[in-house]
Amino acid sequence: MNYRYRINYSKNEGMRYTSNLDIHKMWERTFRRAKLPLAYSQGFHPQPKIQQASPLPLGFLSDSEIVDFFLTQEMDLGSLQTALTKSLPAGISVNSILSVQTAEPALQTQTIAAEYDVYFLEEFDEKIIRQSIQALKKEASVMRIRRGKSYDLRPLLLDIEIIVDEPMYLRMLLKSKDGATGRPEEVLDELKIPVQYTRIIRKKIILANEMIENP
Amino acid sequence: MNREKSLANQLERILPLVEKPGRYVGGEYNSVIKNWEEIQTRIALVFPDLYDIGLSNLGIQILYENINQREDCLAERAYSPWQDMEELLRKHNIPLYSLETKSPLTDFDIIGFTLPYETLYTNMLNLLNLSQIPIHSNNRGKEFPLIVAGGHATYNPEPMAPFIDAFLIGEGEEILIEVIDAYQVWKKEDLSKQDLLEKIALIDGVYVPSFYEPHYHPDGTFHKLVLKNKKAPKTITKRIMGRLPYAPTRFIVPSIGVVHNRIAVEIMRGCTRGCRFCHAGMINRPIRERTIKEIISTIETGLENTGFEEVALLSLSSSDYTNVLELVEEISTTFAGKNLTISLPSLRIDSFSVDLMEKLKGSRQGGFTLAPEAASERMRKIINKPISEEMLLSTAYEIFKRGWHTLKLYFMIGHPSETLEDVTEIATLCKKVLAVGVKAIGRRAKVHAGVSTFVPKPHTPFQWVACDQQESIRQKQNILREALKGPGLKFNWTDPKETMMEAWLSRGDRRLADVIEIAWRNGAKFDAWQDFKNYDIWMQAFSEAGLESDFYVHRERSIDEVFPWDHIIPGVRKSYLKTEYLNSLSLKLRGDCREQCYACGITQAFNHLREEDPGIVWKCPNLAPCRRKNELSIPN
Repeated sequence: MNYRYRINYSKNEGMRYTSNLDIHKMWERTFRRAKLPLAYSQGFHPQPKIQQASPLPLGFLSDSEIVDFFLTQEMDLGSLQTALTKSLPAGISVNSILSVQTAEPALQTQTIAAEYDVYFLEEFDEKIIRQSIQALKKEASVMRIRRGKSYDLRPLLLDIEIIVDEPMYLRMLLKSKDGATGRPEEVLDELKIPVQYTRIIRKKIILANEMIENP
Repeated sequence: MNREKSLANQLERILPLVEKPGRYVGGEYNSVIKNWEEIQTRIALVFPDLYDIGLSNLGIQILYENINQREDCLAERAYSPWQDMEELLRKHNIPLYSLETKSPLTDFDIIGFTLPYETLYTNMLNLLNLSQIPIHSNNRGKEFPLIVAGGHATYNPEPMAPFIDAFLIGEGEEILIEVIDAYQVWKKEDLSKQDLLEKIALIDGVYVPSFYEPHYHPDGTFHKLVLKNKKAPKTITKRIMGRLPYAPTRFIVPSIGVVHNRIAVEIMRGCTRGCRFCHAGMINRPIRERTIKEIISTIETGLENTGFEEVALLSLSSSDYTNVLELVEEISTTFAGKNLTISLPSLRIDSFSVDLMEKLKGSRQGGFTLAPEAASERMRKIINKPISEEMLLSTAYEIFKRGWHTLKLYFMIGHPSETLEDVTEIATLCKKVLAVGVKAIGRRAKVHAGVSTFVPKPHTPFQWVACDQQESIRQKQNILREALKGPGLKFNWTDPKETMMEAWLSRGDRRLADVIEIAWRNGAKFDAWQDFKNYDIWMQAFSEAGLESDFYVHRERSIDEVFPWDHIIPGVRKSYLKTEYLNSLSLKLRGDCREQCYACGITQAFNHLREEDPGIVWKCPNLAPCRRKNELSIPN
């Protein structure tokens, strides 16, 4: 019997350069350090039962990543959080832990969208960005090529707006489903904003059972 | 700290442009960040190769933990940035920085380089330069950090002599701490750099090359080393730990994939087998073992501290660990069901090794590796690695029968006494092993032959012999390539050019420093990486420096020749090495020296340690040295 828990966590500092595969390892090791009863798959190459909601591209920060774990023993959420917090590397912090039904579908398949904030490391002209956003929104279709494959970015971009604050930033909502994932850097490229002059923070991963305010 | 902030800003723009940016950010679990301003002495530990290779280096890990345990010191790390990152660092004028606090290396008091292999020399110069530190010791005043270096390659320090302030010869645990102490005293006294060098030259095992001047005969051979500073010792004996010190357990856990992601536990130091080509076997004597209890508790603590899924039990010859069966049984019961992979490399060729591996074989299964090194009886006698073919074949059968599908066999070619027949026998043997495998498990059986090329290393019985010619090596490799074609066989070899590079760098004298410098200025770096084609740059450097690579690589040394590294004393006497060289010429085998002492000199050199600490357990027999030269028969 396994018990399933859902962790919401932030990814900051140097950890932004740790890839998805290595984040998987990071969690496995954190559980082992914390001496938590992580469940492993059967077979010749037992793998820890860890499910990530949606891969975060290398270099992105995140305020809200979601990952599911299967434990072989039931734990109370408070002591789980305490044990993990002590064993996590710098740059990873747990925001919340939930207990979820073991029988729920795989976390990846529950993910439907993700929200990102994009900050600027260089001066950009607000007016020009505003214009290109409007132009982009008007398009019915934005064909792009990624890794040799042609796809339409437009239906993947659910929303984008410029937030005038100190500092100014962009907020975008992108589809994030298996085989239909919108990538913020592709949107930035359409807007002629070089990705290395931005800091991209994932703010939220939206799961199927959650309401989307502005679909 | 504004500087730190501005560096962070610069890095944020640069890192998205490089491959694997996680190499350059630090922040790993168990890395130590101290309050820079409150620390008296700051040491940078540098492994001059890529992060992926350097991170798991046990030497750095030991020193990192040792130094950071001191409240008055901090140790931080740096590695060689890959090409892409180096270009950006130079373009934006960012000096090489430490991973922990992102401090430029110039801000440290001491920079310690580890040089485990010679092909790191150009990288070391490159890193000094990237740190905006002059590469020559005599151009560095006391405003620059003290540059020290240690590691296996530094047993011949001469090729790097002009670049390094002081070499720390031998095991680093105590000596680096003593250098730090001397540095602290010197710093309070506010004296010159010369004073600092004189102070540390008095520490056992410290070699300050600027206090010595090499002289050469008209034919280019080495004549003698003249002492330029009366305070410095004439010879430098390596440092050893009489008793193996506390093993590190707070391993740095990388946040990205690296070559070895694991806990490494040294189960013993030294080797008693006496293989004549083996540098490590000669310079790491005497043999000292850790107790089973200590090994188990090191693994336990290590696992708690890191969460690693893999443990490597390190030594030069695992099967020789006194109670190896008990150790393996203890480990497999203690850590059963923990989803752990445990590796035990360097096993002897016998069925006992298969028993050992089987006990460790968890659910994650790797390959099996054996190193016969030579395939013919004659070559085995020359290199002093006696194994019978029967034994190898029966061991191989057991390996396949008990569930391993791939057997890796390591061989060596290129010894001057080797004939083409000896080489052909390697292929014949591999095929016999494969046939045994097919008999055991059918067509799933695979044999991978890894054939390296012999480099005669300083401080070994083969320091007198020549390195093979490139054409000859290629011919031998072609023979093997042709013969090892076919299903179930795989053949790996070393580019002869790489062997040449390793040969001149290990056998060089101080004049070679010019070649290294010119090669580096002309773009040579990452010489250990086959994808960097540096050979032509090196040839050009030799010609610019007016030296011949053949002189270093292919010349057989006369039996009385004085070597540029003779003043570095590894404890094993030159006279012993000479006897062993002569034994190789007359095909005489020498046994395991745990059973009989052949008077290599190590116990005499470190007798004082034994006297100070009578409880010390070395595996040298407690007998008066027996000088009888007896020949062993090949065991069956």
